[in-house]
Order: sequence, then structure tokens, then C-alpha cells
Amino acid sequence: MKRVAYPQMGNLGISVKSFLWELGAEPIEPSPISKRTMDLGVQNAPEFACLPLKVNLGNHLESIEKGAEYLLMAGGIGPCRFGYYGEVQREILQDLQKDAEMIVIEPNIFSIYWSFNYLHGGFVSPLRLYRILKFAMKKMKAIDDLERITQYLRPRAKKPQQVNLRYQKYLKLLDQAASEDRIKELKAEGIERLQELNNPEVKDVVHVGIVGEIYQVLEPYVSLNIEEKLGEMGVQVHRELFLSHWVMDHILKRVDRSSYINAATPYLGAMIGGHGQETVGQAVLYAREGLDGVIQLAPFTCMPEIVAESILPVVSEREQIPILSLFFDEHSGEAGVQTRIEAFVDLIKRRSERSVLA
Amino acid sequence: MRGYLGIDVGSVSTNIVFTNEQMEVLDSLYIRTQGRPIDAVQRGMAQMYDKDGDLQILGVGTTGSGRHLIGAMVGADCIKNEITAHAVAASHLNPEVRTVLEIGGQDSKIILLRQGIVVDFAMNTVCAAGTGSFLDQQASRLGIPIEKFGELALQSQNPVRIAGRCSVFAESDMIHKQQMGHNTSDIIAGLCAALVRNYLNNVGKGKNIQEPVTFQGGVAANVGIRQAFEDALKVQVIVPEHYNVMGAIGCALLAREEVHNGEKSSKFKGFEMLDMEFQASSFECDGCPNHCEVINFKQNGKLIARWGARCPRWEVG
Repeated sequence: MKRVAYPQMGNLGISVKSFLWELGAEPIEPSPISKRTMDLGVQNAPEFACLPLKVNLGNHLESIEKGAEYLLMAGGIGPCRFGYYGEVQREILQDLQKDAEMIVIEPNIFSIYWSFNYLHGGFVSPLRLYRILKFAMKKMKAIDDLERITQYLRPRAKKPQQVNLRYQKYLKLLDQAASEDRIKELKAEGIERLQELNNPEVKDVVHVGIVGEIYQVLEPYVSLNIEEKLGEMGVQVHRELFLSHWVMDHILKRVDRSSYINAATPYLGAMIGGHGQETVGQAVLYAREGLDGVIQLAPFTCMPEIVAESILPVVSEREQIPILSLFFDEHSGEAGVQTRIEAFVDLIKRRSERSVLA
Repeated sequence: MRGYLGIDVGSVSTNIVFTNEQMEVLDSLYIRTQGRPIDAVQRGMAQMYDKDGDLQILGVGTTGSGRHLIGAMVGADCIKNEITAHAVAASHLNPEVRTVLEIGGQDSKIILLRQGIVVDFAMNTVCAAGTGSFLDQQASRLGIPIEKFGELALQSQNPVRIAGRCSVFAESDMIHKQQMGHNTSDIIAGLCAALVRNYLNNVGKGKNIQEPVTFQGGVAANVGIRQAFEDALKVQVIVPEHYNVMGAIGCALLAREEVHNGEKSSKFKGFEMLDMEFQASSFECDGCPNHCEVINFKQNGKLIARWGARCPRWEVG
């Protein structure tokens, strides 16, 4: 069996792990991102690359220590630098004389099919692959559904930390789930157990939409657990970016993008790479849906998000919605983020008090 | 004397104000934090208490980067971020104010208000060029007392152009200009203009700056920077009387709001606190892969607060 490692991004690992098992490879779980992961990545990566390159390089290095022989990495077709990170990491690891083979999965069916056959070490029938993928996808969806409920409940529970604990517990159980029935059962049970924490007395919940670059949005470590922090301040977080949504959109091409493209067009009429146009379009949509504010999350030096950032003030003015942009790198401090989001939530609360009085 | 206490614990300075019930500032202190916030606050409050032994505190507010620590120490009624605190103070003094420029020791911010409500704000992110610490450093390199820095800039007839994008480059550019033979006041005036340019391009980028504009924070003492702002923005820039303690005034105001003008009793621990021993220490929790850095805060050896954990495991009962 090939010993295969994969980088850490939110809850992606749970689905990838069960996918690899089913495929007949041995998954090497990445160590949870820590200061050490960051340090390893930052030391060996070019300084002006964005966080995903550094963090994932750190993941690879730690996984090699744990005995990984193969490293999975996502590719891309730009115009965002991320698509090239797999190749850059391959070169860096070669320079470091690390003995592991990098497998870059490009977002097209052939590359995916070829890579999976290679990992399996022989021919996998398309039908079998379909079944395996369907199973992994079920897990991914169940996790995303639980996460949405967690976002809803954090501001509405007596103790938001309790919600986080229960959510983590069901993530662990889903990680071990080995059949579709078990996933279904766990999802229903998890939703019920989370709902128990709902406190119907909580009334004034603030609604904030999260937009931005996918890695920054999905990996809580690099954005300093911003969703948990907002939840504790009485904010319900909304976002469109979920792993299952991304797979449906980019791999299975099943998502209708017209709504956000239409919304973005008066402000940004072209696809500029990454999630730049989605960020602008989604901010407009959130304003029209009546959310109280929007927060943009992006890694420092991210080109598409920088373009979006300079457009968002116009969106904020015309669509009448407060927008906060936060950029992160390895130097980002907890205190700075806390101060900004606290001030942002204050801004929203005082604004709505005023509109009630008027 | 009855009144409210506002404490702003910043990276460089700790500011304490005492106001009467009408929110007039009766006493204000500006102390260097020197990396020991607990000590700085105890020293400052002792000074205040020595001056007037029968201070009666109706409410206390804390702000600044040390707000949680000091909030737990004094028993604050209100712990607020510095953006809200500065905005509240500015609009209390001048309800019409629409733009607040604030430059402190290590951060700078811009706050936009409309009808007394914050509608937008920004803080410097990855660059500290143009903040008080850098000006301090340059003043001491040139051997000019920081208090004289601004006046000297105003004497300049022909400011030189300094690259203000980054404090390291600004410094080497200044040295270059000085070796070329430019006089000190022209270089300093050039530096002020460069810092303002940098501020407006970074923090003030894309912000709709409207009058009235107030300028607060420690750097507002520098008339050179103030002049550079007026030249760049073509508006009048107002520096309020208590420009360097506005954050503290803001949190005193918020504390008054919190205790409903003194109807609700304050959580303030009293001046006995000055003789108590406070101790903060940290440890890394190994309960799960999050490895939270948990802070223990002890008063006279007894644990009174803990923070930094992401789950309820370390809650103080």
C-alpha cells in the first residue's frame, strides 16, 4: 500500500482520508497545523508567496517525517498562483533532498482519473471510482451541514464553546464512519444534539457574511478561528464557500454561477482568478439579502483578493453595507484581529440601534 | 470627588483619566507602559489616589491592547476595543465630527463617522511606518527632543522628499539627504509629509475623508504632522485638548453608559487593589490538538480569571 499524505485545509482531510482507504492506499494524516508547521513552511518557502504555499509546505514536511512516500496537492489553471504551488513545492522538497513523490491533481477528469489509478497501483474501474467518490462526497456534505448548523447556533447558545465541542465530537465520529448509513445516522444525531443547545431567549443576532479566498476562509488556523470569535460575539456567520460546494462547482460543474456573476458585473465584469469575482458578487448578494455586514478574508499578497478589496468600498457605499477586509500572513496577531472584528460588530450594532430609533 | 475612570493600556503608553459626572476631565496621566502593563496601571492609579484621597469611582472602563488583562485587574464595567473608544470620545467632544485620524505608538487608524455613528474604519496592518515609535526613534537619532520635532518641521522653507513607504527605507533616505547637505528642518518636514502620505495611502486608502476632521493620539502633539495633514487633505485639522488620552476618555464614557450614570453599582475593586499583588502566567493546554495558550490571572495568589482557551475546560468556576 502506498503511504499517501495530503495537506490540511479545514475538514477536507476527513473526506480525503476515507477516500484513500477505499482506494487501497494508506493515508498519512497531517499533524494539525501548529506553530511548528508554520515555521517549517515559512523557513523554506519564498517570502512573498501567500500563506497556503507556506502552510502546505509545512504540512508536507511534517508528513514526510511521519513516513509519507507520496504527497497529494491540488493544482489549478489560474490565473491564481495557487495552481503552480504544487510544482514549486516539488522543487523545494527536491532541494531539501526529501524523498517523497508529489502528485499534483489538476481540476480535470483525466488528471483525476490518472492520479487515482496511480495511487491505487493498478486499474480502478470507473464504476468503482464513482462509488468511492460518492461515499467521500456524502461525508463531505454531512460535515458541511453540521458546520452550517454550528454557525447558526454559536450566537444562540448559552455557551458558544459548548457548540464547538459538540461539533468537534461529531467530526471525530464522522471520521470513523465506514458506511453511508452510518453517515446518515450520525448526521441526524449530530444535528439533534447541536439543536439542544439552542437558547430561544436569544433575540438580537447579528448577521455577517464571510467572503474571500477559499483556503483562508476554510482553514480556521490561518484565519485565527474568526468564525468562533464572531460566534462568541453574537454573530451568525453566513458563507457560500464550503468544500462540497467547491467540488460541485469546480470538479462536477454543477453550480450555476450566474447569480454572483450578475451581481458582480457592474463592479467587476471579468473573472480575475481565484475567488476575486465571487468575493465581489457575493458581497453584493449579501447586501441585497439584508445581512448586517460582510467580512473579506484573504492571504496577504493574494492578487485576486487585492483587486476585490479595492472594489469593495464602492460596493459598501452603493449597496449600503459595512465591509471589513482582513488580510493574513504568518505575522498576523490574534489581538489585532480581535480588535478589528470587535469594532466592526460594535459598528453594526450601533448602526442598527440608530435605525430602530429613526 | 465622584466620577469615572478610563484606562487605555497601549503598547507604548498607558493613559488614565478621571472625569467628573459631567464628563469633564479632572485628571489625566500619560505613563510609559515599558512592557509591564500591570505595574504601569498600579503606578498611575497610585499617583491619582495620592493627589486626592477621597476619589469615589462610579464606573471604570478599559481599552487598548491590554484591556482584558487590566479589565480583570481593576474590575472594569466596560472593556472595549480602541476604535469604538476613540470614536465615542471624538463624537462626545464634537458631535459633528466626521473623520478621526488617530496615530499612536504602534498603530494608526482612521475612523469615519456620520451622525455620531461609526460607518467605516481601518487600522494599519503589516507596517508600522509613520507611528509614534518610529518618530521617537528618528528624533533620538537626530538628537532632537521629540517635543521640538514638530516646531522644527514648521520652520522648513523647502521640505525634501523622503521615501516614506517603509520605516527602514525612510531612515536610509533621511541619512542620504543629510549627507547631501540638506538642513535638519527640511529633512524633518519632508519626513512628516512622507509619513502622512504613507498613512493616507495605506490606512486612509479609499476612505471618504470629510470635515470636521480631528487628529488624536500621541502623535497629534507633533505640529509638523498636523500641518502635513492639512496640506495633503486641504482641510482644517482639529487637535482636541486631551488628544493624547482620547481612548481613555472614550472608555470612561462607555463605562458611564454601562452603569447607567451611576444608578448601577460599579464592579470596581477599589483602591485597595494598589496593595494587592497581581500575577499573570501562561501554559499550553495539551487536552487536544488546538494547543491553546491559556493565561492564568492571579490576585494575591488566588486565581481570578483565565482566558485564551477555546473550550470550557479551563473556565474559572
